[in-house]
Amino acid sequence: MSWGQKLFTYALLLIAAAIMFFPIIYAFLISFMQGGEVLQGNLWPEEFTLANYINAFEKVPLLTYLFNSLIVSFLIMLGQVIFSSLAAFAFVFIPFKGRNVLFFIFISTMMIPWEATMVPNFQTVQMLGWLNSYTGLTVPFFAMAFGTFLLRQQFKTIPKELYEASQVAGISNFRFFRSVVMPVSKTSLVTLGMYCFLTAWNMYLWPLLVTNDEQVRTVQIGLKQMQSQEISTEWGVVMAGVVMVILPTLLLLFLGQKRLQEGLTKGALK
Amino acid sequence: MSLPQAQQETQSFVKQRWLGNSRRFASLLEGLLYLLPSILLFTVFLFYPLMKTLYLSFFYSDAQGVPLSFAGFDHFVQLFSSSSFMTSMKATLLFVLYTVPPGIILALALALLANEKLRGIGFFRTIFSSTMGMSVAASSVIWMFMYNPAIGIANRFLTWAGLSEIQWLLDPGWALISVSIATIWMNTGFTFMILLGGLQNIDSQLYESAKIAGVSRFYSLRKITLPMLSPTLFFVITVSMINAFQTFGQIDILTKGGPMETTNVIVYAIYKDAFINYNVGSASAQAVLLFFGILIVTLIQFKLGERKVHYQ
Repeated sequence: MSWGQKLFTYALLLIAAAIMFFPIIYAFLISFMQGGEVLQGNLWPEEFTLANYINAFEKVPLLTYLFNSLIVSFLIMLGQVIFSSLAAFAFVFIPFKGRNVLFFIFISTMMIPWEATMVPNFQTVQMLGWLNSYTGLTVPFFAMAFGTFLLRQQFKTIPKELYEASQVAGISNFRFFRSVVMPVSKTSLVTLGMYCFLTAWNMYLWPLLVTNDEQVRTVQIGLKQMQSQEISTEWGVVMAGVVMVILPTLLLLFLGQKRLQEGLTKGALK
Repeated sequence: MSLPQAQQETQSFVKQRWLGNSRRFASLLEGLLYLLPSILLFTVFLFYPLMKTLYLSFFYSDAQGVPLSFAGFDHFVQLFSSSSFMTSMKATLLFVLYTVPPGIILALALALLANEKLRGIGFFRTIFSSTMGMSVAASSVIWMFMYNPAIGIANRFLTWAGLSEIQWLLDPGWALISVSIATIWMNTGFTFMILLGGLQNIDSQLYESAKIAGVSRFYSLRKITLPMLSPTLFFVITVSMINAFQTFGQIDILTKGGPMETTNVIVYAIYKDAFINYNVGSASAQAVLLFFGILIVTLIQFKLGERKVHYQ
């Protein structure tokens, strides 16, 4: 690339990055402003103050919400990774009649919009007495076709000879799964886990339906509540809430962007 | 071969077959055991409720969703003769149109830019994928502030550019467009990430050959990049369309389906019917239509994809 072309590309990259990242920066800046400044429509705070953060934690049980989101996302991540890897293991290593049909059924579940099932699901969870509980928030999401598919691709790369050798040595399937397949696939498992955590942390509709109790409410719903209560006057406080919500996932993304990209592309394309 | 010998062989053959059968049966059981957790959950929280939705769409129910009397196709007939549902359909289709093509073009442009091998490119890649870490709720709150008519940046920008101000989320003519712009921004991270992955998978030798042949950059974009990227593009288009049909969070926070129902997309309409108006039958009928809508989109994509997509 010539010098001029390079300069031009950098200029384009910088402009694009500025536009794309602007809303996030904007939220950060507003969260450090005092009420009056926000109402004047300023862009840069005269003085960086933490008052909004203190306010946010005092006015709403933000800490409880964050904790709930952490627990819920972690449980969903764990459930999805374990269930997906068990299923993927069977699809790769245990030959049985009807396996391909079953795999096709698994894949076809990706076409079912979850929203088309939400009314009966709500009724089921209500009947089981799972409203306002971590169980109701997490268990319905443990099975995951995309995760199964992704891990199946990964498990297929494990040499068949390894499996045959373990059979000859009389090692049980489950031990092979636990002490060979899982450790070898650590990278894929971590990538999938990251993706699951991100998605679970950002979930909105289901927590809105099944929680009305502060004790289990997730932070996304807490944010909606904050925004609808404080809207007219205290934008700074709301933005402090926003920053607290996006910080964990943004950090996760910054640390794992490359890995996530490689993992997802592998799943999407092969 | 003597008779006893033959008998023995037959016996051992039968025994072997029996053993083979039982081993096959054992491995079927074992396989199902590994699949059991997923199958159980899919049954309880996906297949059963899908059937139940279909069932409920043919019944009149009480506020709790207990079916009372058979309704036949009443709910569907009512939907198609209600102007509210037509508005909702129009909003959904327009929303797909406003978000999917522009969103993919934007993400593709960013991915092409970020695919250049330059120093510090990793930084830009992270920035461009950053919205993947942004939740719908948080993003919507930020955009709500930006669209604030009095203090938001959107109107300040318009004033600065010498244009007249817009009541972004309150004007029936602008609300859906405003929500779409916010949505495009939210989705760019994911779409960008997948497209960049697709670009990086293209064999660099193809570009080397093109360079030697002395073709222009635009030509190699059109003749190498886009054809080789077509499986990825196809995947991204399908996923984006399905996502657009399922939009809920940004509507709930930004507009609540208003003004004048112009942003009342289908999932929001289902939510309102089921959980606010307690009209479970009508909500279920709309859910059934959503299911078939997505099914048709997916099938069309696959049919088109088979013909158009260039696989390596």
